[in-house]
Amino acid sequence: MLKVEDTQTPVEFSAALLEQFADFVSRYPEGKQKSALLPMLHAVQAEHGWLSAKAMDKVAEYLNIESIEVYEVATFYTMYFLRPQGKYVLEVCRTGPCCLVGAEKIMDHIEQTLGVKEGEVTADGLFSWRGVECLAACGFGPVLQIGPEYTFYEKLTPESVDRLVSDLKAKANN
Amino acid sequence: MGRKLLLEHINVPGINTLEVYRQKGGYAAMEKALKTLTPDEVVEEVKKSGLRGRGGAGFPTGMKWSFLAKPEGVPRYLVCNADESEPGTFKDRYLMTHIPHLLIEGMIIASFALGAKTSYIYVRGEMMPQIRILERAIAEAKNAGFLGKNILGTGYDLELYVQPGGGAYICGEETALIESLEGKRGNPRIKPPFPAIAGLYGCPTVVNNVESIAATVPIIRDGGDEYAKIGIGRSTGTKLISAGGNLVKPGVYEIELGVPVEEFIYSDEYCGGIANGKRLKAVVAGGSSVPILPANLILKTIEGNARVMSYEGLSEGGFVSGTMMGSGGFIAFDEDQCIVRNTWNFTRFYHHESCGQCSPCREGTGWMEKVLHRLEMGHGKMSDMDLLVDVSKKIEGNTICPLGDAAAWPVASAIRHFRDEFEWHVTNGAEAVSHNYGLAHYADPLPKPEAAV
Ligand SMILES: Cc1cc2nc3c(=O)[nH]c(=O)nc-3n(C[C@H](O)[C@H](O)[C@H](O)COP(=O)(O)O)c2cc1C
Ligand code: SF4
Ligand code: FES
Repeated sequence: MLKVEDTQTPVEFSAALLEQFADFVSRYPEGKQKSALLPMLHAVQAEHGWLSAKAMDKVAEYLNIESIEVYEVATFYTMYFLRPQGKYVLEVCRTGPCCLVGAEKIMDHIEQTLGVKEGEVTADGLFSWRGVECLAACGFGPVLQIGPEYTFYEKLTPESVDRLVSDLKAKANN
Repeated sequence: MGRKLLLEHINVPGINTLEVYRQKGGYAAMEKALKTLTPDEVVEEVKKSGLRGRGGAGFPTGMKWSFLAKPEGVPRYLVCNADESEPGTFKDRYLMTHIPHLLIEGMIIASFALGAKTSYIYVRGEMMPQIRILERAIAEAKNAGFLGKNILGTGYDLELYVQPGGGAYICGEETALIESLEGKRGNPRIKPPFPAIAGLYGCPTVVNNVESIAATVPIIRDGGDEYAKIGIGRSTGTKLISAGGNLVKPGVYEIELGVPVEEFIYSDEYCGGIANGKRLKAVVAGGSSVPILPANLILKTIEGNARVMSYEGLSEGGFVSGTMMGSGGFIAFDEDQCIVRNTWNFTRFYHHESCGQCSPCREGTGWMEKVLHRLEMGHGKMSDMDLLVDVSKKIEGNTICPLGDAAAWPVASAIRHFRDEFEWHVTNGAEAVSHNYGLAHYADPLPKPEAAV
């Protein structure tokens, strides 16, 4: 079951985030500020890594809507993380067309390389991974993406995955 | 070489910038529309072009525009559907990445035609890089006076915004998309009322696919009649095909509608044949939702004629021996692919993506996934195939939105055309997990049907 977590730890939003919120809300007609909800949740997740209950409550307060309206949305859409993740979340496409060109082998390889199952976080806190549905890059599969920029890595091979993982480790340790 | 209307300049360095896009004639169609045509005349040109919606359903775009309600004092909206989540489809991402101004120009033309003063491009949330690209292009266009107040001194005002989704296939369905744009879960609405009457914020709304909107640029530039000369029959113009799977050259191709499927797969101008010297086993021609066909039926119709890439050509033979154009997601399977496994994978996808409002879809997709999984794992029963067909029939036509049909058709068609492969999974359960069934007779030419002799 999907559930919201961490109803205790207070959350602060940065000035930059609040500036983004104001920009989002300005895009819709008067009184339709709820339309800003999805973009706001993306922005919060980009800054905080995931969406805690407290963070969502704060979003609700900003939009002048009920917390449940935010939880409803956050639990419906697959991109929102309802618990902490690794610093880098490797999201591999697992849908049919990518499987025709070896996506399943890539997922097995990632599981072995990182040593954690789908959805778990590595001990150093750097990585987690999961299968996601078609990423609209089927001609260039197997593919994976890494948020919050959603950078794409196409035509994956076990070797290119290894390079990616070691590059990310190097980046994180600098 | 076929004519290119959308991707003609795709390889020009810097075509993603306003400057280069304009050097190649960009924004001239927009200027023509705003300065020399009335909104109704723009709608008329699009009607004459015969353009059919490129998002999957193929509904004539001009006609859809003319249905838009225009009550006094109520805003109207144009929303571009850039959710592109149908497995096998990746043309919209390609277009937005490489030639974003084509979409922006189309949005201005279409918004003008519909009388929209605020328009949105709803892009699936995973496409953050494309969202950045579009936002940069919008800023450039605004700077040049193509967006904002009093565009080109014509008195027409338009604001254009990009909206990210949250990762949900169902938000490609137009009413779910509208719900999502309103900041809610993507639950499709019951129709009627149609969006043309009550869409975004309860106001008249048109939802169009990225490619449909981009196509209005060459239509206005050359005129609807010129556009209609390209293509075949009621399939006018060019179409972007996303070619994936086991092909030598997968990628996005712009074809003139009417190209033979065989030429599309094997000629060097397009996909260059099947990868690794293998043979073709099957094709899903229009995205995961359309019926799968074995090689012999995708290359030739049951009458023995060459099948062509057009709305009518792909659907020739109906659901008995044909398929559909859908969104143009063309997925080729080589002889080593397992049809049962792919069918299970697709069904898992639909189960995962069902919004859960209708029991036949929510429960039916789950049951089909379970049964297909046991078949693929070698634990199936001979009665499972009939069970699957039965469940698929109970979903089809009994749901709020077409996702139910989209989940039912791939299963029903796989069993229709590849029943022997499913049966082999039952009789040879242990083998089925270790290797694949192979090509059988799926690639052999079909015997001439009795009636045609
Ligand atoms: C489950 C489902 C998913 C859909 N996904 C998309 C999509 O990703 N992109 C799209 O343009 N249309 C999609 N459609 C079709 C839209 O509902 C709508 O018909 C289309 O956006 C209309 O645009 P068009 O007339 O330009 O084709 C989907 C429909 C359904 C039922
Ligand atoms: S058919 Fe499926 S996806 Fe569509 S509204 Fe019903 S449950 Fe939701
Ligand atoms: S199936 Fe993997 S990107 Fe489409």
